[in-house]
Amino acid sequence: MSLGYLVSLLYQYADSIAFLLLAALGLMIILGVVNVINLAHGELIMMGAYITTLTYHRAHLPLPLCMALSTIGVGLFGMLLERFVIRRFYDDKLGALVATWGVSLILSQGTLLVFGPSLESVPLAAWTFSYGRYSFGGYRLLLFVIAIAIVLIAWWVFYHTRLGVRTRATMQNADMARALGVNTRDIYLLTFGVGSALAGLTGALYAPTTTIVPLMGNQFVDVAFITVVVGGGANPIVGALTSAALLSLIATPLSSTLGTFSGRIGLLIAALVVIRFLPRGISGYFQDIRYRRMARGVS
Amino acid sequence: MSGALLHVQNLVAGYGTADILQGVTLEIWPGEMVATVGRNGVGKSTLMKTIIGLLSTRRGSISLKGESITHLRADQRAALGIGYIPQGREIFPELSVEENLMMGETINCAKQSFRYDLVYEYFPILRERRRQVAGTFSGGQQQMLAIGRALVGRPTLLLLDEPSLGIQPSIIQEIGQALLRLNREEELTILLVEQNMRLIEHVAVRAYAMDKGRIVANLTLEMLKDRETLADYLAV
Ligand SMILES: Nc1ncnc2c1ncn2[C@@H]1O[C@H](COP(=O)(O)OP(=O)(O)O)[C@@H](O)[C@H]1O
Ligand SMILES: [Mg+2]
Repeated sequence: MSLGYLVSLLYQYADSIAFLLLAALGLMIILGVVNVINLAHGELIMMGAYITTLTYHRAHLPLPLCMALSTIGVGLFGMLLERFVIRRFYDDKLGALVATWGVSLILSQGTLLVFGPSLESVPLAAWTFSYGRYSFGGYRLLLFVIAIAIVLIAWWVFYHTRLGVRTRATMQNADMARALGVNTRDIYLLTFGVGSALAGLTGALYAPTTTIVPLMGNQFVDVAFITVVVGGGANPIVGALTSAALLSLIATPLSSTLGTFSGRIGLLIAALVVIRFLPRGISGYFQDIRYRRMARGVS
Repeated sequence: MSGALLHVQNLVAGYGTADILQGVTLEIWPGEMVATVGRNGVGKSTLMKTIIGLLSTRRGSISLKGESITHLRADQRAALGIGYIPQGREIFPELSVEENLMMGETINCAKQSFRYDLVYEYFPILRERRRQVAGTFSGGQQQMLAIGRALVGRPTLLLLDEPSLGIQPSIIQEIGQALLRLNREEELTILLVEQNMRLIEHVAVRAYAMDKGRIVANLTLEMLKDRETLADYLAV
């Protein structure tokens, strides 16, 4: 095995981690904090890609600005969704599932009606560099850096701000948080907005790399759900990071030798194995260990 | 309106289709430390949860400083200055001790500053162990943390539900001392649910006796000091 091949594997590994993280993080944060499985997550990603593509082609704005508009626009849309739809279903998990599914159908069919079967893609920045006989896309590396930066920011907010303390307290015991003066409705509203904004950003970032069609969200949600199941909602950040790293470790060699389809099959099998042994995912398993230690009185 | 700090009138509340509170009326005056006593299951914790707003009021009314809070959410009532310390403590097990205390900051939005100094003075162990994960604390330490958490935000009224439950006598003693000091030095008004006779007679100036979701007697200080009378009401 040549050094060039190793570097290329590493590159594919980073590419895969970035994809899983960006596809899953918004879904996972919403599941972990709000405890709702958002079946419209893929359509929120699609919405992000459409906003970027449309503002780029029709309003001729610079691409980074288009992407920022996607993030903000989908984030605001997510807040409206929470305020007027999701909020009614907090005591009814099945209802929330059906409601978000309904929203996803309305969004994808509505997009088809309004914008037709496809849009012309945004051109991909042609930054490439090579090592030996292998060449790499600079944009893919940028995606990896952005994904890691988002995880770091999320971690900082979660563990080093008052908002983070209140959010974690709400996850652990929402009634007690309320009784101490935390408006948990605002926490849920904000979390849903942030999770949606992350979906919008993901759609925007991948818009130059894929075809822009109303059902494009599907390619993201498959892997997003696998990543969420393996990571578990007990701790969205630890869960997303460990799960993306582990799944990519399995999928990268498979995709690079046997093709993308085998990579996806590998992901599914890995997910089945993990939930067979860790039903609450990796972060749920860590949480169980912590609680067992607490019960024994050691930290 | 009367000058009562807390005025509960004909309160009816419960779970599902059952009414547990069957019309509770009580008044707490500024600066008082009042106990509510009664055997298990008569609705003492239900009363506390309804006053803080975790359970909704089905009939009757609750007012704080003469203003009705009956239709406010729990977080809005806390912001008006009610500090709630539930039965079973309900600290946040995965947060550190310090983060648990920070959660009390949203109580009483009218305050000028937080009271970490006071909390650490009353319970020095909370300062020593402030980085420790709260779930690893013993029952007594968790009780001090739950009290400290409510004090950080300078409440005007403290609702304290069975602080002695499952806690060793020496720590019950320490908590009793802290409550007396808070009541006298900080002029904090306290509504205390308790079944521990020693703690009741040590700290309370009067008490309401509850049975089957109703107040059945007003106990004076003399009655509280009389072990037999008190024992009767604790085991109606
Ligand atoms: N979450 C709940 N759901 C349904 N019933 C409850 C709940 N909590 C308490 N109860 C019932 O309400 C009654 C009063 O309980 P509680 O207020 O906890 O009594 P106390 O604090 O005086 O021991 C009991 O019969 C109890 O079984
Ligand atoms: Mg009780």
